[in-house]
Amino acid sequence: MSGFFEMGGYEAYVWSSYAMAAIVLVGLVVVSLRSLRAREAQLKALEEDQKGDAS
Amino acid sequence: MKAMSRLHQFANPMRFARLSQAILPWAIGLTVVLMAVGLYWGLVVSPVDYQQGDTVRIMYVHVPAAWMAMFTYVFMAAASAAGLIWRHPLADIAAKSAAPIGAGFTFLALVTGALWGQPMWGTWWVWDGRLTSVLILFFLYLGYMALWQAYDEPAKASRAAAILALVGVVNVPIIHYSVEWWNTLHQPASVLKIGGPSIDPSMLWPLLIMALAFNAYFVVVLLWRMRSEILARRIHIVLMQRAAS
Amino acid sequence: MSPFLQTIRRDLILARRQGASAFLAVGFFVVAASLFPFAVGPDPDVLASIGAGVIWVSALLATLLSLDRLFQADFEDGSLDLLVLAPQPLFLLVLAKTIAHWLTTALPLIIAAPLLAMFMAIPPEGFAPLLLAMLIGTPALSLIGAVGAALTVGMRRGGVLLSLLVLPLYIPVLIFSVASISAALIGQDGSPAMMLLGALSLFSLVLAPPAAAAALRLSLE
Repeated sequence: MSGFFEMGGYEAYVWSSYAMAAIVLVGLVVVSLRSLRAREAQLKALEEDQKGDAS
Repeated sequence: MKAMSRLHQFANPMRFARLSQAILPWAIGLTVVLMAVGLYWGLVVSPVDYQQGDTVRIMYVHVPAAWMAMFTYVFMAAASAAGLIWRHPLADIAAKSAAPIGAGFTFLALVTGALWGQPMWGTWWVWDGRLTSVLILFFLYLGYMALWQAYDEPAKASRAAAILALVGVVNVPIIHYSVEWWNTLHQPASVLKIGGPSIDPSMLWPLLIMALAFNAYFVVVLLWRMRSEILARRIHIVLMQRAAS
Repeated sequence: MSPFLQTIRRDLILARRQGASAFLAVGFFVVAASLFPFAVGPDPDVLASIGAGVIWVSALLATLLSLDRLFQADFEDGSLDLLVLAPQPLFLLVLAKTIAHWLTTALPLIIAAPLLAMFMAIPPEGFAPLLLAMLIGTPALSLIGAVGAALTVGMRRGGVLLSLLVLPLYIPVLIFSVASISAALIGQDGSPAMMLLGALSLFSLVLAPPAAAAALRLSLE
């Protein structure tokens, strides 16, 4: 198993490539989901506000 | 005309919400499964290249990222064209939502290209034809996103950005071929010759699976971003109404 | 006189009235290119090898600096609205304005280019290819730039955005023009690159005016 992590001596390049891929792909997911949740909450608050004004 | 009305059914935000809810679980599942299979195949099962050793495994993230960088730009331009022709709000939203994902893929292709170049060429950056066109593609993405930022009204911004995306997509092949041509002028053929038909099936399969995984990932994040963008516009409208009353 | 020619004439008269501004781009061109010997040293061999590239990059930046005025003045005084409402197709009037821009900006650059070629120690046999490449290539710069200028018209900080939008699209022009000059300098045939450069200009001539016209229409809504 140790050979797997060493990548024939190129472990620094191979693993940092995959780490960068993970950072970019997961980062995009986190940013996108966060803005989606924040906007959902904001719209909900606004709509409840409007209902409150109407009654 | 019939086709138009059918298209407009998809433009309806409620319909889109239902459609995206139906697609999302499948797309997420597909992304996870394909990623897992592709990573295992690429990192463990696939053989070592006789010239490049284990660095060839960088290919399984580098090449899909580069493919998706191009694909996303074409997708963005197609959505922009649809937005301009049929005035679909959803097409504009799709184009806008795709841009940061495409920029992410482009960035990833550049960084992994540098990490592959260092052990292979002995330097982080070489003005290799492919890498250079990806760099220019990255600039095009930045300009597109900056143009969206520069307008206040989404309706205007979407059309300005659409014109830019169409001008860009016409120029992408010109830039690509001119850079390749320039490259052959200044350098001998590059060390990395991938994507040709000579690639061994034991490497082609994990590469294709990773490419599909990246595609599924694109669909997932695109749908999330589109929903977020629709909500942002609704919030904008509610706030405008409130300011008016 | 046709409205097309009238538009060109009007812009030329306006440029002449402004006087000094036409020379600003040339001034920038000469000063920017003269910086390079200070940066890389006065060795004539080094200067000659980078000369064509330096002159072209400076020309490209000088064009870029002049672009944000292409539609801005007309936008501010309202004459752009009249152009859009005119019975003539807008892309023709945009083309007329772009031709006027080329005549007032690019042509002075071409006239100043031999001076810079001397500064950069380019051998005499490179002068003709340099001028020819500029003559063939600069129309593409003005045309592509017109699209960027139309997209950013009326923006407060449009100039910076304009350069981000337009510069990547200038890369093919840069590649082919410098390649044709370099080929001539080492005694090779520079005409394939020159042909491709001409193709770029013709291609932009067809595509850029309609795109710029669409962008102008939307910025006036």
